[in-house]
Amino acid sequence: MKKRSNVVKYNRWGYIFLIPFVVVYVIFQLVPLVTTVGNSFFENYRSGLMQVGPNWIGLENYKSIFSTPDLWQYFGNTMIMWVMGFVPQILISLLLGAWFSDPTLRLKCQRFFKTVIYLPNLIMAAAFAMLFFTLFADTGPINSILMQIGVLDAPYSFMNHVWSVRTLVALMNLLMWFGNTTILLMAGMMGIDPSLFEAASVDGATATQTFFKITLPLLRPILIYVMITSLIGGLQMFDVPQILTSGTGDPMRSSMTLIMYLNKHLYSHNYGIGGALSVFLFVITGILSLVIFRFTDNRKAIK
Amino acid sequence: MKKKVISALLCAAVAGSMLAGCGAQQAAAPAAEPAAAPAATEAAAPAAEPAATEEAAAEEAAPAGDEGKVLNIYCWNEEFKSRITDHYPGYEEVDGTHGKMGDVDVVWNITPSDDNAYQNNLDETLLKQESAAADDKIDLFLVEADYALKYVDTDYAMALKDLGITDADVSDQYEYTQKIVTDSNGNLKGSSWQACSAGLIYNREAAKEIIGSDDPADVQAAVADWSKYKETAAKAAEKGYTMCSVNDTYRTYSNNVSGKWVQDGKIVIDPNMENWVNDSMELVEKKAENTYDLWGDDWAKGKKPEGKIFCYFGPAWFFNFCLDADQDGTIANQGGWGFCEGPQAYYWGGTWICAATGTDNASLVKDIILTMTTDKAVLKEIATADADCVNSKSVLADLAGSDDGNLDLLGGQNPYAELAKGAEGIDLSNLSPYDQGCNEEFQASMKNYFEGNASKDDALAQFYKAVEEKYTGLSH
Repeated sequence: MKKRSNVVKYNRWGYIFLIPFVVVYVIFQLVPLVTTVGNSFFENYRSGLMQVGPNWIGLENYKSIFSTPDLWQYFGNTMIMWVMGFVPQILISLLLGAWFSDPTLRLKCQRFFKTVIYLPNLIMAAAFAMLFFTLFADTGPINSILMQIGVLDAPYSFMNHVWSVRTLVALMNLLMWFGNTTILLMAGMMGIDPSLFEAASVDGATATQTFFKITLPLLRPILIYVMITSLIGGLQMFDVPQILTSGTGDPMRSSMTLIMYLNKHLYSHNYGIGGALSVFLFVITGILSLVIFRFTDNRKAIK
Repeated sequence: MKKKVISALLCAAVAGSMLAGCGAQQAAAPAAEPAAAPAATEAAAPAAEPAATEEAAAEEAAPAGDEGKVLNIYCWNEEFKSRITDHYPGYEEVDGTHGKMGDVDVVWNITPSDDNAYQNNLDETLLKQESAAADDKIDLFLVEADYALKYVDTDYAMALKDLGITDADVSDQYEYTQKIVTDSNGNLKGSSWQACSAGLIYNREAAKEIIGSDDPADVQAAVADWSKYKETAAKAAEKGYTMCSVNDTYRTYSNNVSGKWVQDGKIVIDPNMENWVNDSMELVEKKAENTYDLWGDDWAKGKKPEGKIFCYFGPAWFFNFCLDADQDGTIANQGGWGFCEGPQAYYWGGTWICAATGTDNASLVKDIILTMTTDKAVLKEIATADADCVNSKSVLADLAGSDDGNLDLLGGQNPYAELAKGAEGIDLSNLSPYDQGCNEEFQASMKNYFEGNASKDDALAQFYKAVEEKYTGLSH
């Protein structure tokens, strides 16, 4: 009897420590989440200074966003730009992580380089995009360098070609996030039992073999985490393409992401369509995360 | 037991905050009912009118009587603030966003226009105007022509006659500047110190090379209409010059349309906008015009001789605000620009002062509007000190005939006669509250066509799409 009440007494602290999180979570996450879903069933926008709604219209907002193929185009754009940035990012990060965590390489100035690769992440995405916008302008420094060394005869208009804009967005995301990914992967690699590496080298495994047969399989949980967080971040891609294309997503909206599309509707404070788009994004994120999770989980089971 | 208490507390907290969320929504709903609000203000307006005039009368006897002690001004850049600082008698600057007029504190609420931030901020504050404390109410706000109707055609902007400003007070202003801020019932609801008739600002060196003369009359002859303009553009391209950006010529076309952007809820593309698209495409293909966005770095290169740009299209504020005359190496610094009317009369920009309904500083607001937009001595001062084209027929006529109007950056040319003539010729019967969004999206969408990324029809489809996103409820 006495023992049980002690446990209860002790547990009490757990709940007390949870309160700040729960309160913040409820106010800033749960309530907005629920109201967003609620908003998606209402007609609610502003025309000039006149407010229309909120009027209950059921699924009309969903019908209107699915009535054109646009939504899928913007979803496609988002995924293309995310994949273009993420694939090189994970490769570079794996390589750097392997180098940094390999004690046999005896890299000098490790701390310096770890800091440097993380630095781009400290710059605001908007400022970074503005910088690229200026660098790659028609009369900007990149074009004048390329013309002076004779690669180009006339300035290449980076902002007016579908793939150059997408590549720039992907490149910026890569530069901003590869440091972060490297640090995560490195932490995962350092968590692997060193005796496994020793055993491998005793058995005569090459560095490549060690990497593919030991590091990668044991890194899987961290890799899944990195992939899912990056996917969620990628689906919410906004600031870089928004600033780079001045919000137009041009050429012909080929670099418009889902959130940029959502932002377009906020001009008229259209919370109905905005809510419907957010719910769509929520569902898509959930499905894709599950896919990644299942996919990686199955492979483990087969092994 | 305690566990239960705590979990009950947590449940209460969850339920409570959710209810709080609902409560906020419900509270917002009545305020949002469009029918109720105008009715209330309409009912209040006649009652307020006699009070206001009485107050104004009392004001003359004892200035700054029972009025509020805080004057809130909403604007999007430093321009109006610097005009007030330099030219409003008795204004003292306290710091970047505060000043004093007598014993009234002036608070400047400056929000940049980028991404519509200025209007978003103004909208939210205006919608709360009725319930705000007297010192927090907006007293003055500024609007631009592209969206003036959005505010003027509501009860949030006060009619000038309710402030005690008569038609005779503003009779020296140009008619077009008043049409922009006249609501659908014929009430004048704003006033401007600028007349922004615009023309073609050309590079004199380039004119000598291309046309063989830099005299304004000769240049005007070479660009007198769009077909001559295109001929000159072709010559400019041969000499290695670019005429200007397609976005520079845009407003000249968009001001001379035969119908509104939106008619009966439908987006209509005027034949003259089609002309802009076709003429621009032709010139872009000949490399006689570029497609740079206004205000960008690429576009700004033409301010220096090595930018190889023949001209910009702009009004008087363009001289002072955009040509970087104080920087070494610019054409303006060397006095190398010239000015002529260009192919068609048009205007661009301008800032209107509106009084917000509910202001608690009515007599001060009245005085600011009268001093800054009708006082001829102040207007002349603005024109000579800031090279602004002021909204006064007599002051402009005065300047056109004297050396005060000669501008260094135009190589000593006096542009006021042309500017005054242009201001008389502006026709603004085709403004709509949707102009800002339509103009922005039309230029952005058509760039895809000019750059060869889309067919004309696809670019137009994207224009419709973008406008319908911005203004829910429109169709085409």
